[in-house]
This record gives sequence, C-alpha cells and structure tokens, in this order.
Amino acid sequence: MSDGSSGASGGDSPGDGGRHPLFMPLVLVGGFVFGVGLAVSRMARPEVVLDFLQFEDFGLLFVMGGAALVAGPIMHFSTRSEKRAPLTDRLYELRRKTLDSNVLFGGVVFGVGWGISGICPGAAYASVGIGNWPILAGIAGMFVGAYGQGVARDVLSD
Amino acid sequence: MPLDFATLFPNGVLHYLVGGLLIGLATAAIYRGTGIAAGASTFLESTLSYVSDRPRFQQFRFVQSRDWRLVFTFGIVLGGFAFTALSADPWFVTEVTPTRLFVGGILVGVGTRVGKGCTSGHGICGVGSLSDASLVNVATFVLVAAGTAQLLFALGVRP
Repeated sequence: MSDGSSGASGGDSPGDGGRHPLFMPLVLVGGFVFGVGLAVSRMARPEVVLDFLQFEDFGLLFVMGGAALVAGPIMHFSTRSEKRAPLTDRLYELRRKTLDSNVLFGGVVFGVGWGISGICPGAAYASVGIGNWPILAGIAGMFVGAYGQGVARDVLSD
Repeated sequence: MPLDFATLFPNGVLHYLVGGLLIGLATAAIYRGTGIAAGASTFLESTLSYVSDRPRFQQFRFVQSRDWRLVFTFGIVLGGFAFTALSADPWFVTEVTPTRLFVGGILVGVGTRVGKGCTSGHGICGVGSLSDASLVNVATFVLVAAGTAQLLFALGVRP
C-alpha cells in the first residue's frame, strides 16, 4: 500500500479533512448514474437476475462485463499517470484485495444468497428507486447479515 | 437447445449493454475524481458504524467513509427513481416473496462482507483491476448462485 494518510490533505484516506468541495457532488452524481444504469439494464429487478442464474437470459453478462470494460482501463490508465486524484489527493491504486479463504468462503455465502433472492447490494438500492418496496425486506436482511458477521468476527477475535 | 442469439438473449442485449456502460462510467468518474474504487456493500458496515459501538464497525475505514457512502447509496436510489419516473419503464414490484428476499439478503450481507466485496466492488472494480481475489470471488459467487437458483427452481420454489 502506498500511504499518505498522515497528512491533512487526504492521502490514502478520503474524508480525513482533505476533501474538495466537489467531492460529495461527484459521489452523488456518480451514484445517480450508477442507479440509472441499474434501472436501464433492469438488473434492479430480482426476476432478471434469477432468469440469468437459471440460464434463461444471459444478457446480464453485458452489465457486469460492460461496466468492468469501461472502468478497468480507466483505472489502469490512472495508476500509470503518477498523479493524485484531484478531489482527495489520493494516489490512484488498483482494487486488489488479498486472496485468502475469506474471499472464497464469502463468495460461496454471497452466491447462495444471490441465488435465493436475486439481489445484490447495489441493485437492491436501485430497486428501491424503481418502486420495488418488497426489496426493503432484502435490504433489512443484508443489514442483519452484515451485523451478524461483524459480531461473530469480534467475538472470534477476542 | 440451439444456442442462437434469440435463445441466449431473448430480451436483446441493448439495454443490458447501455446499463452496464453507464454503471462503468459512473464507477470510472468517481475513481478519476477521488481515487476511490467504490463498491456498494461496504455501505452496510459503514452505516452500522452510526448505531453500533462494536470494534468491527468502528474501524477507521468505515467511520471515515460512512457519510459519502450514504450519499452514494442515496444517489443510486435517486437514479433508479428518476429513470423510472421519466422513461417508459413502468414502476416495478417483484413477485419474489419477502421471505426469500430477507433470507437471501442475510446471506448476501454475510457473504459480501466476509468476502471483501460484491458485484460492484469485486465484479466491476476488482475484475477491472484484474485482481486475482476478485476473479476468484466473482467466479465463485456466480457459479454458486446459478446452482442455488436452479436447485430452488427444480424444487418448485416459485416465484
């Protein structure tokens, strides 16, 4: 990890005082476009996800694939520019987490949940926007699950 | 079963592709401006930091990002709302039962947090970064989800 988090300018840590006034507006507009994309693609509908998972309609490959194909090259180009992000002064870094058993185990548990419900976090938020009020049960479940794993990990690490 | 275009993509691909490009564009714009590879599932734990004193949720990375993650999530809701209000797409209410959504949601909450990301963090930013952890995670959850959905369907669970 490159690290500049000690400075007040932000460094590795957005939100520690180094945010540009346009930081929140960009996050809001970015979230907005993200939500429009989830609505346009209809991935915000659990039925569409379940159709994909039952191999009835493979169109969802274009959603994740299209998004990664746009974001990936821009991320790679950014990391080679040696510049810092203008709104936080953060260094551009790729998103590379450590591959360990948690990544595999978490993927299995998430997969079972995605297969049962047809919802993932981002799509669930957008689903609220398209009027899908029963999704609130799913989001409540996500918070319960996130809380439960946090409690379990705190207890296990004591 | 013939593997022609209409069988693989009975609803066409255009809206999927346009939606995916918009999601990628939004992710890329936030990344260019802030250096943050924004994922959607960290919101769950960062928001819990407002109400729980547990050390797991009071980690610096959650507390210092919880405000913008709320704004990001609000933006996602707003984007879905604005598109549906202004387009020909009708308001949508799922027929998947609340029980299924709730139980699935619990596992999504556990799995995305233990697994360090979800469809956006791993699926877009991580795969876009060619991260081995993300490629393994995405392959795992897609295959397991497909198996689970097909098993439920075979067991007669509708919808």
